[in-house]
Amino acid sequence: MIQLSINGNTQAFAAPLTVSSLVDQLGFAGKRLAVELNGEIVPRSSHADTQLADGDTLEIVVAVGGG
Amino acid sequence: MTTDSFQIAGKTYSSRLLVGTGKYKDFDETRRAIDASGAEIVTVAIRRVNIGQNAGEPSLLDYLPPSQFTYLPNTAGCYSADDAVRTLRLARELLDGHKLVKLEVLGDSTTLYPNVLETLKAAETLVKDGFDVMVYTSDDPIIAKELENIGCCAVMPLASLIGSGMGILNPWNLRLIIENAKVPVLVDAGVGTASDAAIGMELGCAGVLMNTAIAGARDPVRMARAMKLAVEAGREAFLAGRMPRKLYSADPSSPVSGMIASK
Repeated sequence: MIQLSINGNTQAFAAPLTVSSLVDQLGFAGKRLAVELNGEIVPRSSHADTQLADGDTLEIVVAVGGG
Repeated sequence: MTTDSFQIAGKTYSSRLLVGTGKYKDFDETRRAIDASGAEIVTVAIRRVNIGQNAGEPSLLDYLPPSQFTYLPNTAGCYSADDAVRTLRLARELLDGHKLVKLEVLGDSTTLYPNVLETLKAAETLVKDGFDVMVYTSDDPIIAKELENIGCCAVMPLASLIGSGMGILNPWNLRLIIENAKVPVLVDAGVGTASDAAIGMELGCAGVLMNTAIAGARDPVRMARAMKLAVEAGREAFLAGRMPRKLYSADPSSPVSGMIASK
């Protein structure tokens, strides 16, 4: 198992785990979102081959209503 | 009459009203208000996704498809240049390389007044990074010019505090900014009702950006239409060129000769 901090909350996941399988597991498959891993953006084209490691910090964002 | 369109970052728009998408009752009302406003450019915020939320839940993008509107992701809530830059890089990834953004870096949470020092820093980084930056700022003509010199594609001074609806508090400064600028100047923040938008346009603004004035009205869809008409009316009045003010000097509109004889 690996511990990931996602949007400020720590959760455990079974390894190995890529960004795209994490997105799927969280139920956001097909949703338009952006992912930052340890402060660096992971382009959508790299989600499938970016492996996550224990202690990684992720930010996952979407567009919401705002002014 | 020639068509009166305006350009931002090389793209031509016909509506000079830009609207936010926050504070509406639901997405349906958001869509109806934006349709009534005629806006082509809509601002959105970038926020953490709710982990554990129902993934099938509709999102803003379902109601306002990016194919139909020009999205203007903002940095609302950012208090440092670093946070603003990071937010807009995420927005660019989210929106498939989209370059047009609204930069705002706030100074404090009570007034939401812009921190111009951090705004200048962020603008420099973003322009170097290839973004087309529409920048929210104070109504200081010197700062507005600095932001233009950095390479921002539009300068957007406040009319009054964000969400206050207090209207245009310093038309004189706005006028100084407009007369000095070679990029479009848009009033952003503080508009309360239709006349505020019209005054901004009469001063020579290229456009007006608002959210709460529409979303916070009793009937947002109707206010959206009022704002569309006000922006159009104000623009027409600006182009028509108002009559000069003649202080304390009346001038009758009807002929002064040919009056019937007094008894």
